[in-house]
Amino acid sequence: MAASPEDGTARWQYLNHIRKTKGPFNPPTDDEDVTPEMLDTLGKSTILVIGAGGLGCEILKNLALSGFKNIHVIDMDTIDISNLNRQFLFRKSDVGKSKAEVAAAFVERRVQGVKITPHNCRIQDFDDDFYMQFQMVVCGLDSVEARRWMNATLVNMVDEDNPDSLKPMIDGGTEGFKGQTQCQLDLYAPRAAVPLCTLATIPRQPEHCIEWAHIIAWEQEKPFPSLDKDDPEHITWLYQKALSRAEEFKIPGVTYSLTQGVVKNIIPAIASTNAIIAASCCNEALKIATSAAPALGFEDNYMSYHGDEAIYTNTFKYEKKEDCAVCGSLSKPLEVDPRWTLQELVDSLATNASAQLKKPSIRTDSKTLYMRFPQSLEEKTRPNLEKTLREGLGLEEKQEIAVTDPAFPALSFKFFLRFT
Amino acid sequence: MTEIVMSQTPPILHGPSDKEKKYDRQLRLWAASGQAALESANILLVNSGCGTVGVETLKNLVLPGIGRFTIVDEAVVQNADLGVNFFLDETCLGKLRSKCCTELLQELNPDVQGEWFPKQPGTVDLDQILLNSPTYTLIMYTMPISSKDLAALKEYGQKHHTPLFAIHSAGFYSYFNIQLPGTFPIVDTHPEAERTIDLRLTKPWPELAHFAESMTKDMDQLDDHEHGHLPYVVLLLHYLEKWKETHDGKLPTEYKAKLEGEENFQEAVAAVNRNIKEQTLESTLGEVFSHEASGNVDAKSSFWVIARAIKEFHRKHGCLPLPGGLPDMKAQSSVYVKLQGLYKAKARKDSQEVLEIAKSLSGGEDVDSAEVDLFCKNASFVKLVNATTGDQDLTKTYEEQKENDSLAEVTMMPLSLFPIYLALSATTHEPAASVDQIKASAYSRLPAAADDMRISQACEEVARAAGGELHNISALTGGMVAQEAIKIITKQYIPIDNTCIFDGIASRCQILRL
Repeated sequence: MAASPEDGTARWQYLNHIRKTKGPFNPPTDDEDVTPEMLDTLGKSTILVIGAGGLGCEILKNLALSGFKNIHVIDMDTIDISNLNRQFLFRKSDVGKSKAEVAAAFVERRVQGVKITPHNCRIQDFDDDFYMQFQMVVCGLDSVEARRWMNATLVNMVDEDNPDSLKPMIDGGTEGFKGQTQCQLDLYAPRAAVPLCTLATIPRQPEHCIEWAHIIAWEQEKPFPSLDKDDPEHITWLYQKALSRAEEFKIPGVTYSLTQGVVKNIIPAIASTNAIIAASCCNEALKIATSAAPALGFEDNYMSYHGDEAIYTNTFKYEKKEDCAVCGSLSKPLEVDPRWTLQELVDSLATNASAQLKKPSIRTDSKTLYMRFPQSLEEKTRPNLEKTLREGLGLEEKQEIAVTDPAFPALSFKFFLRFT
Repeated sequence: MTEIVMSQTPPILHGPSDKEKKYDRQLRLWAASGQAALESANILLVNSGCGTVGVETLKNLVLPGIGRFTIVDEAVVQNADLGVNFFLDETCLGKLRSKCCTELLQELNPDVQGEWFPKQPGTVDLDQILLNSPTYTLIMYTMPISSKDLAALKEYGQKHHTPLFAIHSAGFYSYFNIQLPGTFPIVDTHPEAERTIDLRLTKPWPELAHFAESMTKDMDQLDDHEHGHLPYVVLLLHYLEKWKETHDGKLPTEYKAKLEGEENFQEAVAAVNRNIKEQTLESTLGEVFSHEASGNVDAKSSFWVIARAIKEFHRKHGCLPLPGGLPDMKAQSSVYVKLQGLYKAKARKDSQEVLEIAKSLSGGEDVDSAEVDLFCKNASFVKLVNATTGDQDLTKTYEEQKENDSLAEVTMMPLSLFPIYLALSATTHEPAASVDQIKASAYSRLPAAADDMRISQACEEVARAAGGELHNISALTGGMVAQEAIKIITKQYIPIDNTCIFDGIASRCQILRL
């Protein structure tokens, strides 16, 4: 077999054969033959990949080998040595470089004819015009906040008179042997926080000693100007602090690895789970872009994968929730103690599973309770933080409040208060 | 506890090694023992056809660091390969696919060794390769495969007790099947932490009962701080004891907790339903015991010796060895640490007793105490895979699946993926068969399927692919196969038993024993 230049017909023969041949499950409406021009639509569409980490590396490979030709990828991270057990586009010599740039260059080199544009920055750095150029978005993110921001931005862009403004988003996530395609925010409850008094006076678990070192000892002693969780010297300092505290209370189990795990909130990750979830996302992307088979999203739209005990997948329709903070119109109940100060309400929004709003501004229909921006308003509303909800601010049971947060531009989350 | 060294040497020396850093995210799943097993694994891939699913599987095994792999593949790289296989590029055209894939896979992890056959374009003699290679830990083969090669691999698997993975990916469909050499026991199954909690509240051993009694005897005289920090284990033991005093020494038959008070009391209430239960054997362990009694086991393997010892322990004490873990609970540090110590000491004692029983059994002289410790800790969750023997009858499986499907509307269960398996396996040797050929082959294996519309559709969908792989489906299948291979190599978590069928149109899979 001679190595000769080719027009792609031979190269894409497996994929194109399936695309050209009708299967028993294709929708009956689309009964015309697939022409060469129709095959080419895939090469003309532009697709955005968010994240060039464990899922992102797989997604870029899969899209390139699904016939997509114009791909953009956004990732602000740099390559760390602990990425190498699964982020297969990176080598040891790439440690410290931009994930988006190295991944894009690698896939372009390996798969001839694909153009991948890397963006070494945050997703929040782009505006609606940028996102409007894509036909589809595939997310492989490790942050719930970024995922929510992206989802909110795309939902907000929808203009009912412009079908092109509707951008399908396919989203994957993994943990250990488990993963999911598509996502629902309520599933991500933040880790239960340990009460500060336990850390300060009655530690029982190795994690308590580590959190004490992280939250209390570090603040008191400030061994370095600011904590860099990726700096082994900083982790070692925390580890030794935690270890000596554990000795004092005779608590076994503090190790370097555990220290790192607790401080960085590390989630175990392996290549095979990423492969499963990323390929599932890209399979949906291909089906949506080509109609080669019915895609998830019309009937079912969610698949979860459980690999620790045999294999179990669950594919179902995740319904739009009427009280969804992003797309629903109804307000959600928010359990609060009427004796709380507004500050305590603000703090609770950051850990509330269905909200997770880190920098909220709050108002009622008639009154601004606390606004973070602009500065003048912040100064004016700051005294409210000290006031209690019922006595101080005069809020009532079932009072509706609207919360905005810079993480979710153009969105207002509606809650009604339920006193406990 | 080891002494802390607050030395003057650069603190970086206390950190993890380069290898621990690289493998950090997976060591948190299977620990150093699992990693050691992976690093000594020697895996063979017999590749053919489009050749992508096997290579994608290997990628997911090379990255976490298996010891060594070999690719046997007669194909020479063509343009079509470059549209589906990521571990080939332009420079590979016209060269041996086995060699090119091996080299590009090895790039992923310099710690892994790779080998390929044939060395020159032409046919390979699989028998010779099997004869002259170091023993394989696990063998994977992809379809299509010749009957002769298949027979050679099966014979090798039986002779060397090597697990075999058959993998087939075509179009939107795939399946893989694991053939294990006999019963495959797994001790380290990683159940969820909450399920493993065993507090022995209804059956406290003397030291625990004393401890609880001493802490609660003047309970009402305690100051608020002490009262609010009595561990819930102690509270529950106290109230159960009080109940027994007024009920002829009997335990309550049902529990409606009525404890009001501080946080620790609330924890106690929550623990009542979760943690007070009579000791019953988990069904999986019951299976181990009855399998042991059937005599159909390798009596010399340490697993079965320890299983017999644990069975004896259970017969004698009416309960399993204590796992020894204690969940976190509101308590003062010193009290919690003492209580934790009691649970650990009891677990050590039980494990020691099991070890002594095991050593007294024939074949148990050299049983390792660490293995006994692990078994005792996980006893309730030990799992036997492939415990049933003999080939499953295809017609019987089909009838069962059809029966389930007829109730699907009521049970809301998805329809069986058995038709996909039947249609794909009709192309085991002939990937590009026509619809009629595929149907004829399927119906000859299963005459009852001849008028089944779903089977007919699956045959049409398989014919549509003409043996071609879709990269996404092969990447996904390669991920699943690699996960299962890791479970079998590390003997951790629970592998499937024994066939996984994937439908890329409906995006779901089903496990069947076939």
